[in-house]
Amino acid sequence: MTSQQTAAGTQQPDIPTQAQQPAGGRQQAADGQPLVRVRDLRTHFPIRRGVFSRTVGYVKAVDGVSFDVHAGKTLGLVGESGSGKTTVGRTILRLIPATSGSVHYRGQDVFALQGERLRKLRRHMQIIFQDPMSSLNPRMTIGNIIGEPLTVHGIAKGSEREDRVASLLQRVGLDPSYRHRYPHEFSGGQRQRIGIARAIALSPDFIVCDEPVSALDVSIQSQILNLLDDLQQELGIAYLFIAHNLAVIEHFSDEVAVMYLGRIVEKASATELYANPKHPYTISLLSAVPEPDPRPTRRRIVLRGEMPSPSNPPTGCPFHPRCPLTRKAAAEADAKDTASLVELGYPPSAMPAGNGKGVTLPILSAGETIRVLRKCVEECPPLEQKKGEGGHVAACWVTE
Amino acid sequence: MRELLGRFLASKLAVAGAAVIGLFVLMAIFAPWIAPHDPYAMDSGAALSAPGDGYWLGTDRFGRDILSRIIYGSRISLWVGIVSVGIALSVGTTIGVIAGYFGGWVDSALSRLTDTLLSFPDIFLALAIMAILGESTTNVMIAIGIVYTPIFARIARGSVLQVKASAFIEAARALGVGHGRIMFRHVLPNIGPPLIVQTTLSLAFAILAEAALSFLGFGVEPDAASWGVMLNEGKDWMELAWWVAVFPGIAITLAVFSFNVLGDGLRDALDPRMGE
Repeated sequence: MTSQQTAAGTQQPDIPTQAQQPAGGRQQAADGQPLVRVRDLRTHFPIRRGVFSRTVGYVKAVDGVSFDVHAGKTLGLVGESGSGKTTVGRTILRLIPATSGSVHYRGQDVFALQGERLRKLRRHMQIIFQDPMSSLNPRMTIGNIIGEPLTVHGIAKGSEREDRVASLLQRVGLDPSYRHRYPHEFSGGQRQRIGIARAIALSPDFIVCDEPVSALDVSIQSQILNLLDDLQQELGIAYLFIAHNLAVIEHFSDEVAVMYLGRIVEKASATELYANPKHPYTISLLSAVPEPDPRPTRRRIVLRGEMPSPSNPPTGCPFHPRCPLTRKAAAEADAKDTASLVELGYPPSAMPAGNGKGVTLPILSAGETIRVLRKCVEECPPLEQKKGEGGHVAACWVTE
Repeated sequence: MRELLGRFLASKLAVAGAAVIGLFVLMAIFAPWIAPHDPYAMDSGAALSAPGDGYWLGTDRFGRDILSRIIYGSRISLWVGIVSVGIALSVGTTIGVIAGYFGGWVDSALSRLTDTLLSFPDIFLALAIMAILGESTTNVMIAIGIVYTPIFARIARGSVLQVKASAFIEAARALGVGHGRIMFRHVLPNIGPPLIVQTTLSLAFAILAEAALSFLGFGVEPDAASWGVMLNEGKDWMELAWWVAVFPGIAITLAVFSFNVLGDGLRDALDPRMGE
């Protein structure tokens, strides 16, 4: 943090540095204390039907998610569409109300803040959106879009604001003279730069990047990623980087969390996760990453069926209807005609309670009957340390 | 903007409508210079004289010049139209934006209110309000304004719901921009087109409503030179002096038709996908 502060102070005199920020909520994090701490976060959306809008159920978009984001570091959050990763980002920033759980920013309970104190907190936590067109007001000039946060927080006005806007534009690689133009006059990549300039206008130290490059051309993607990387180096910003593409996240994240149906199923440092994936879902995601080498080196694992609806998630492990691992384990157990999977090298946790008969179970998946481990259907696996690097956790009964 | 103008100009009918409205506006502004006679001067010797020399469009039963009264009548019609639609636009948009933006029980309460008002037939509601307020030009404006408020509220609410889903509203919230500023700076400028179209269309209805109320004797002061009042007086003399009723009738038709085609043209120009 100290080195980042000096970097911010010397290289970017025009952007307010962390030292200039008011002291409240800006104290140095105690040793090891995360910048943002998320614990057991749940965001459920009610499903309403009928004349009286009766609640008939809930979409459990986020269902018990915990993680830490450390100052100046990047946590990658991956998952398919519908896995709840976007909702996590929105909920942390209080753009969507949380159902339960807690978020702490520098030890401050984010969900307990109201009114002016919440507004003050927003200076420190920002967001960059996926669609750079719809995230910019089409009826405002670029100067007003980037300058608005400075105005509403009373940081700068008049010519001082103009100067700030100009230096922010310059910082993200745009000509300061563009500030009189409107969003539709820019390309997708330029618009995303404008969105980034707006997000760093208040010099936050935490930014949720919600798929910031997935709407852009591949050639532009790396430019934007490099810009985000430079900003992190200079300003010490921590990112929660949301993406559905593991390839993008690989080079960008310090730590990666994989989400499936509102839960984190695996989390490890980026190098560890790519070298040694544990959860079958992560393995299949990694197999889908395109490689520059045309000779196939990895076998592509195509998952069965689609992700189930988060309004009616499967019992036990939410991944079991699509899981190749539980099927393989079940097939092996059945073939050996034995109750014990331990002999096959599966961890004891894969054993159902009341060890003995009925280790496997037939279920209907994608219109077909398959056999899976009973344990996977009956109990949800906890996120626990697996063999490998310390801190490598995964939620799976079968894998070790 | 140029593209917009081009699309608008492509519709000949809409341009014609705009031209006629322009003429009416000029007529209203320069009435004292254009009108050949004093609209209130009675010439008992020339009562109910047919169109011809001296009185181009004839006279009514008090010998007042029909043409001059129509010219002065455009002042009342346009003024009532502008003020009442102005009331409806400002009040209705405010209600609609608040309802759409905040949602929840605020939306339910405001939407029920506007739905209730919308469930009454326009003229019936206007008549009821006039019966309470009493006859006067100001009250006509208020009554018509109230009648058309729910339409604007409903249109504004719908557009707000659409705009509210945009990421830039979320961005503004994330930046800590207050509700008032979000509504004024982010929502309002983005719901303009449908409101502009509704404004022109409502002007036509408002002119018609003023004429109808005045015709029914619940409108402007009975001696005022209003197209509706003239129509009302003229109906008693239809067999004897058709011109007393017919010319104000033509004026009403022309004004209403022009605003309608202008509104349609604007709608097509502002949103090509909306046109039939």
